Amino acid sequence: MDGHTHQHTSGRRELQMARSMCWHCQSEVSGEYFCDRCVKVQPVSKELDYFTCFGFPRRLSIDQQKLEAKFYELSRAFHPDFYQNKSDAEQTISLGNSAMLNTAYRTLRDPIQRAEYLLDLEAGSVKDIRTTPPADLFEEILELQDTLDEFRASDRTSDTAAALRTQLQTERAALEQRQRDMESQLQQLFGRWDALQDRGEATDQARAERDRILKDMRDILSNRTYVKNIVNDLVATIA
Amino acid sequence: MARIVGIDLGTTNSLVAYMDKGTPRVIAGRHERAMVPSVVALTDNGLIVGDPAKEHLTRNPERTVYSVKRFMGKGLADVQDELAYFPYTLTEKGGVIRIKLGEKTYSPPQISAMILKELKLRAEAFLGESITKAVITVPAYFNDSQRQATKDAGMIAGLEVLRIINEPTAASLAYGLQEKTQGTIAVYDLGGGTFDISILKLKNGIFEVLATNGDTHLGGDDFDRLIADLFLADIQQQFGLDLNAHPDHMQGIRLEAERAKIRLSEELKTIATLDLPEGKGRFTRELTRDQMESLCTALVERTLGPCRIALKDAGLTPTDIDEVVLVGGSTRMPLVRQRVQALFGKQPHCELNPDEVVALGAAVQADILSGGTTDMLLLDVTPLSLGIETMGGVMSSLIRRNTTIPASAKEMFTTYVDGQTGVDIHILQGERELAKDNRSLARFRLKVPPLPAGVPRIEVTFLIDANGILNVMAKDMRTGDTQSIEVKPSYGLSDQEVERMIEDSFKFAADDVSARKLIEARLDAGALIITTEKSLTDGGQLISGDEVTAIRQVLSALASAKDGNDPRTIRARMADLEQAAKSLTVAMLDDSLKRGLQGKKVSEVT
Repeated sequence: MDGHTHQHTSGRRELQMARSMCWHCQSEVSGEYFCDRCVKVQPVSKELDYFTCFGFPRRLSIDQQKLEAKFYELSRAFHPDFYQNKSDAEQTISLGNSAMLNTAYRTLRDPIQRAEYLLDLEAGSVKDIRTTPPADLFEEILELQDTLDEFRASDRTSDTAAALRTQLQTERAALEQRQRDMESQLQQLFGRWDALQDRGEATDQARAERDRILKDMRDILSNRTYVKNIVNDLVATIA
Repeated sequence: MARIVGIDLGTTNSLVAYMDKGTPRVIAGRHERAMVPSVVALTDNGLIVGDPAKEHLTRNPERTVYSVKRFMGKGLADVQDELAYFPYTLTEKGGVIRIKLGEKTYSPPQISAMILKELKLRAEAFLGESITKAVITVPAYFNDSQRQATKDAGMIAGLEVLRIINEPTAASLAYGLQEKTQGTIAVYDLGGGTFDISILKLKNGIFEVLATNGDTHLGGDDFDRLIADLFLADIQQQFGLDLNAHPDHMQGIRLEAERAKIRLSEELKTIATLDLPEGKGRFTRELTRDQMESLCTALVERTLGPCRIALKDAGLTPTDIDEVVLVGGSTRMPLVRQRVQALFGKQPHCELNPDEVVALGAAVQADILSGGTTDMLLLDVTPLSLGIETMGGVMSSLIRRNTTIPASAKEMFTTYVDGQTGVDIHILQGERELAKDNRSLARFRLKVPPLPAGVPRIEVTFLIDANGILNVMAKDMRTGDTQSIEVKPSYGLSDQEVERMIEDSFKFAADDVSARKLIEARLDAGALIITTEKSLTDGGQLISGDEVTAIRQVLSALASAKDGNDPRTIRARMADLEQAAKSLTVAMLDDSLKRGLQGKKVSEVT
């Protein structure tokens, strides 16, 4: 058995040399991803966050069309298909940049992943993984677990099982509604975050507001993940 | 840059294509046939490939290998259920299936390499240049081991495989090039042995795969098997004969089942026949399309599940699909077309020959790689989740299925015991919870400096490249040193083994020199055939009918020699032809002299 720990390391917090010199001609790089002088592709700095990589501000509402257009543009710049006749060094950079770009696009495209990523950037911690039910759902979840156990132990063709199934279906609908409610709460928080970013104030009040939004966002995101996992488990059981 | 060809290495047939001034074209052999049957036979004169090998299926079943693609990247246990269907003998060594042919055994990549070599020779003879680079297609749902095995086959055949691309996406490139389509398309690819479904978004030359799914063990072969089983039961009943004792007739019935299936795509009923052994006479049976469809309907239904999963993974419903494209010979079956049309609610496209479209797309991708086509870009995905085994035998996913490739994930490893010097890592591919239910790709031991428990920090990067093949790198975070990792594939050949097979393959082909002699002889013969035919057209009337017939006879003898593998025979037939055509050459020379003299005054001649 292997002994690996479960930290998904985020590359951007690792210490890396700042990219300022072209790896090939050693001149100062001022262009975005290509050296102005020798036109060689440059490795995307690991310090660069996904928002900056796409040229977007750290806002939570994103124009999907623009995101996609930028993804396609950068794919054309980095994809290994266009580096087949280039040196090994350039092929390696192309591969690394493409892989990074694909991760960045996948993260920013999905509103939940985008918010989790922003939280990680702004609050500097890995997302909470909840192992106990949120307080307001405690009783409900415990009861649900009992019903699930009962259903698993029952003869699936029996009347008891049919009744339990109906009960679980109702529970499922309720939890899915709860998930949607949390998502609309998140949507509101996203709006408040963007408004705060747009105002760009540096007051104590703005900082307090910022911390409040991030804390609320973190709480709802981890509750939502918890509920989502419960729903998935439920769906798999009664399927 | 040297020319790169595109190759469709199929279960039943294989093709090679190239880009001709912006248009992909398949390279045809004799009788304008572009398809090379994926069959290899061991005869008294050595190994033969393609159409001549196919004739040995019924004559020499124990020594004739077909459908080898089903065994690529597999162990013997994976194919246990269907061993009985294959007349040749399969064994296993080092987790890799081996096929017994005479005294020797061959791995599936070696057999595939023989098919690839045949295609390589065909391309070289046609294009008149040496071919060393290729793009080869694989089913989208092929796992890492199967892709690696395909790449190994290329290397053994003396080809640098610049890219492995997925068959349905290759097809979409060929379609995209022709139709300049935009929108969301579904490519339904049912071939001889595999099924794939891919959902793509086409926009401004970008071909973005949204999701893919499939079954690498479902195709035309399985339909044939069901029909053959029906015939076998009939033969048993009518004649009290068990054909299983007659491998040659088993192949006969399998081929007859395939032919009947193909006829039933056009006709509503057909007659299947087979000469029986043991003096039992002849088996004859009518098969209607309805009967065949009721046999095959469960198999066709099995393709719809993956279609629904792919749609769901792409976040789409059938109404979001703008176009449906059919690929693979099995999509000629009316039942398949009906079911696909019913699922997507759209008349599917089949303008391009479903047998050729994958090879054409591979040629387009080859052109992109060589810098010819620059406006198209394929963004494909990895079909299966990649992960590692963790405590308790659970798979922890690192790269989810349908992630755009190239894709990478990093994972940090440390030690649990003081002074521990290694960490064992088991890489898996699949969607199941438990490690044992997923495909084992490889194991390796991470070297760790002996330090107190928890102190070492080794970062391992798992990178799936644009071929869908995994690369692993490790870095000691304390020292910044990178570590090369020797990965032991669970179901693949080791690097050393591939090296040895490459060496062997040179020996098998007698040697390189004779291979070149063959290519040159074929080229020269081709040129001679063309000039002689032109002479016959232009000057045939100058000689007697008997003479024309004689020349034609020698001409066709040369044509068959050219398709053979012996340069000396080709040269001999060429000499024959030159001899036979002498009277024609002389007659044409005389004629042109005579016409040259016409209109001139006698005084000018003398």
